[in-house]
Amino acid sequence: MTPGRELGAKPRGEWLKRHGKWLIILPPMLYLLAFFLIPFAFALVISFADTAVRVPPFTDIVSISPDWHIHLTLNLGNFQYLFNDEVYGLSYVYSLKTAFFSTVICLLIGYPMAYAIARTSKSTQSVLLLIIILPFWTSFLLRVYALEGIIRETGLLNSTLLWLGIIHQPLQIMRTTLAVYLGIIYSYLPFMVLPLFATLEKLDHSLLEAAADLGSPPWRAFIDVTLPLSMPGIIAGSMLVFIPAIGEFVIPTLLGGPDNLMIGRVLWDEFFGNRDWPVASAVAIAFLVLLVGPIALYQHYSTKQLEA
Amino acid sequence: MQDRVSPFLITILSIGIAILYIPILVLIGYSFNASALVSVWGGFSTTWYTQLMHNDQILDAAWLSLEIGVVVSTGAVILGTLAAVSLVRFKMFRGRLLLTGMVNAPLVMPEIITGITQLLLFISMLHLLSWPHRGFTTIVIAHIAFCTAYVTITVQSRLQSADRSLEEAAMDLGSGPVRAFMDTTLPIIAPALASSWLLSFTLSLDDLVISSFVSGPGASTLPMVIFSKVKLGVSPDVNALASLIICLVGICVLVAGHLMRRSERQRLLDAQMAER
Repeated sequence: MTPGRELGAKPRGEWLKRHGKWLIILPPMLYLLAFFLIPFAFALVISFADTAVRVPPFTDIVSISPDWHIHLTLNLGNFQYLFNDEVYGLSYVYSLKTAFFSTVICLLIGYPMAYAIARTSKSTQSVLLLIIILPFWTSFLLRVYALEGIIRETGLLNSTLLWLGIIHQPLQIMRTTLAVYLGIIYSYLPFMVLPLFATLEKLDHSLLEAAADLGSPPWRAFIDVTLPLSMPGIIAGSMLVFIPAIGEFVIPTLLGGPDNLMIGRVLWDEFFGNRDWPVASAVAIAFLVLLVGPIALYQHYSTKQLEA
Repeated sequence: MQDRVSPFLITILSIGIAILYIPILVLIGYSFNASALVSVWGGFSTTWYTQLMHNDQILDAAWLSLEIGVVVSTGAVILGTLAAVSLVRFKMFRGRLLLTGMVNAPLVMPEIITGITQLLLFISMLHLLSWPHRGFTTIVIAHIAFCTAYVTITVQSRLQSADRSLEEAAMDLGSGPVRAFMDTTLPIIAPALASSWLLSFTLSLDDLVISSFVSGPGASTLPMVIFSKVKLGVSPDVNALASLIICLVGICVLVAGHLMRRSERQRLLDAQMAER
């Protein structure tokens, strides 16, 4: 026995020392398992169930007969239904397309913004960051509502343009695809700027100076040095916009028209309108499968950024 | 190196900030409009604010949301701090990767999916265990899950930069590990805890999608009431209510930001002193 052990006194203290860390790890671990991860398992199971007129409104997957035989009834009909009804496929594709273009536009606006903030002095930086963060925390619902006040037919934009004499008829923006894009870009812009700023701030300027010394024009130095080095921020920011934007529900519902059928809206209607829970679960599971790639990409780059 | 910010960059930055703020400022402006017609300016008035104070549906919802917010942010700060300590202090343990994933995933997971899956869990639990009934309890449970993720990220980055030598010194002087942590590291991360409490509070107060799924009949939070009103179009009393919430959230975020900044300055000052 080592001398340290002898001094370690009571066995209870020893046990606590060796396993005490689990008292810290387990509470959050079990909570997130129970209320974040395991729910996905439930959704997976229910997506194989059938609708039934009872509470809860779906059949059991696993049943145990009186002679203790376990029966597993998998109903693939829900997934088949997803492939056969073109509404789902179309809304998936439409959501992907909308999210993709919104992400690109957010990147084009957000990158110069983050770059400008990163180049100001430290004290200006913290003020500018606070200005960007403030809307980040304000609810989507209220900000989308505020945007409606600007772009609706009698809103500020139309009345200003009419008053200036630039247009003579109010522009119809509400209930169009343009409104959905404006809504997503307006709501998600801070999500793009913040991670971009985090990488651009850490950028080593001596590299840029070296490039300039070696005769690189600024645009060349930007493409060869700044852009590749800010890639983690570009990816993290893009994923922070792209992934939630695919599942966006509030924006297409409040600003979009009947054509702007994004998957979030379809899911919502399936649940609250049709009350078809197994099909809604199947839609959610299929949606999730498509998101695994982007989410893994985000996890990879964000952990890298946190550890840097 | 921070000498030149080109006019082009300043223009884009100003436009970006203007895009973010003009709609909110216009909304707050119109909430003081005396006219019931939302597009006509009828002079300054606080009518819509007084009307809110007499609207029982809105007051009930606001009270419910505040209660949920307080319980949620307290729970999330406790769980999130434990998770952050686990991830920063224990480099190797079974399930570390799993915990990291479960902490990061809620930040990007579309709310609608989180909401649906949690609802399905609650339905099945109610069926099997006769608990929990949908309403206050289920909303609190669901909100704590995603707020914990935000708290963990905030506290984690603060813990990583905290100096461990003080804690080790306390342990050398005979404090147990828990006592040493409480006496030395906890005061250092306290501002991060306070600001993540405030941020969780605003996240919970703002949430519409997850609440709508997991809530039951009779329990309508403020965003749920607002959503049902907003679907019908722009109205002056919603303008007033929205302005109030935006100001409340704004104050929470400003206080949180101030706390974080002050502690950061203190840390830099301490580091300078130590170097001398």
